[in-house]
Amino acid sequence: MIELQHISKVFHRGQVNEVTALQQVDLQIAAGDFVVLVGANGSGKTTLLNLIAGAILPTEGKIFFNGEDVTTIPEHRRSRWVARVFQNPLGGTAPDLSILDNFRLAALRTQPKRPVIGINETFRREVRERIAQLGMGLENKLNQPMGALSGGQRQALTLLMSVMDHTDILLLDEPTAALDPRSAAVVMGTAQQIIQDLGLTAILITHNLRDSLQYGNRLLHMADGQIMRDVNAIAKQKLTLGEMYAWFGA
Amino acid sequence: MTFYLTALLLGLCLGAMGLGIFITMKIFRIPDITTDGSYTLGATVTAVLILAGWPLPLVAGVVVIAGALAGVLTGLVHTRLRIDALLAGILVMTALYSVNLSLMGRSNIPLLGIPTVFKALTVFSNPIWNQVLVGGFFLAILGAILAYLLRTDFGIAMRATGNSESMTRALGINNDRMKIIGLAMANALTALSGFLVTQYQGFADINMGIGIVLVGLGSVLIGDALISWFSVRSIVLQLSLVVLGSVLFQLVLAVALSLGVNPNFLKLITSVFVLAIVGIPRLTRSRES
Ligand SMILES: Nc1ncnc2c1ncn2[C@@H]1O[C@H](COP(=O)(O)OP(=O)(O)OP(=O)(O)O)[C@@H](O)[C@H]1O
Ligand SMILES: [Mg+2]
Repeated sequence: MIELQHISKVFHRGQVNEVTALQQVDLQIAAGDFVVLVGANGSGKTTLLNLIAGAILPTEGKIFFNGEDVTTIPEHRRSRWVARVFQNPLGGTAPDLSILDNFRLAALRTQPKRPVIGINETFRREVRERIAQLGMGLENKLNQPMGALSGGQRQALTLLMSVMDHTDILLLDEPTAALDPRSAAVVMGTAQQIIQDLGLTAILITHNLRDSLQYGNRLLHMADGQIMRDVNAIAKQKLTLGEMYAWFGA
Repeated sequence: MTFYLTALLLGLCLGAMGLGIFITMKIFRIPDITTDGSYTLGATVTAVLILAGWPLPLVAGVVVIAGALAGVLTGLVHTRLRIDALLAGILVMTALYSVNLSLMGRSNIPLLGIPTVFKALTVFSNPIWNQVLVGGFFLAILGAILAYLLRTDFGIAMRATGNSESMTRALGINNDRMKIIGLAMANALTALSGFLVTQYQGFADINMGIGIVLVGLGSVLIGDALISWFSVRSIVLQLSLVVLGSVLFQLVLAVALSLGVNPNFLKLITSVFVLAIVGIPRLTRSRES
């Protein structure tokens, strides 16, 4: 489904603050795979997702979706295949717009936004039902501005928004980092269910090693812009927290 | 009475520009000052075409297209060349001065004794009431169209673009294209103000747009103050308050003139007034924090 060929990303090339965020990364992710990505701060995880989403262009290398070269397709057109939850809770929502308006846009991710009123009672009910499943009590706040919610609440809603429209690929960048333990569990459970039910190809970045063992069928460990370890489903089941801590030199 | 009605009428005429600046400033958060040029462009096109005997609806159509083109130009310079919006606006505004001058062929075109939109309705015996009615009707239509548009899927996308560009990109929206459309709409509305004011005052003048952006800005600031004061969330009401802001602005200027202020100081008063609207809330806020 996703293939990266010799991907490198250098920021501020040729300047004193030059950073090599990714070095010659080769990666193939099969359709329906749920990949968990771990690695120290600054190891290049978000950069990898940004490249897949098209938010940044690689310095070198090519990116393919289903064999189609998408390397130069801009982010707003690559959204046809990709839905994402940003590391920053503010990144995936419009704070001044109502929750409902946010969901409406998300429901049109792969479609043109026409000059017709699309929010009707059916749509409102559907959104309310989906939000109710989170059990955070947000279903009665549909008309409130998104900005009035806490970061964690916004992150949970962004997850639901990401599958309001058809998607092939789901990118989750530390979706639970801003959440309290109970909400984090709800969001991870919801994510798992969505990925399974819809058969999505998913990449989850997390610093929570327990989550990285519990979820997904493949585990990647990144360090210094490279993929150091690639653990398949069977090996992943045998992996222990202790072994993983050792990867981080802890 | 006539004195207030005149201010009301002028406020309504300039309300279209207020709506335009509301789009750029509040929705897209782009400081667009193409306004001075597109306002005069609207006036120029109006005067030239009315004199050429074109029917008014057609004139209005051309004015809208001309204003929109000015906005598109600023939008292209801003998004394609990555030039600061403020500079892009100044570039287009300055270029428009020459365009307007060559379209007019002279610096002033009088339109005396020619049928205008303001003579379209004769409901009252007092002509100024009829004019106010026409102005109000015109603005109501513009406001209704804009309010509808902003509530559509396209409108939500527009509002989101100014709010969170990373979100809109991820949701399949071409932010650059959206900004160009927004600037086109805003300057089309501004040109319509030129269309109305030219007919109201009976002439077009090459210098009539100088500093007009401040009037629009002031209207939006007054409207915005009212919007946050009453926590208005309805889009129709928000737009209405912007038009009200435009009317209040003209009333303040009219009062200043009636107090015997030299008309030469009108621009100075405009500046000071806008400064007061922007500055006073800041002063009180900085004391709170
Ligand atoms: N837009 C950018 N401009 C310059 N440098 C960048 C940019 N984005 C990332 N970097 C650099 O690239 C490296 C990798 O960053 P990245 O955000 O991918 O890390 P990460 O693995 O997601 O870290 P974290 O776990 O802290 O989120 C870092 O050194 C970072 O400073
Ligand atoms: Mg990151």
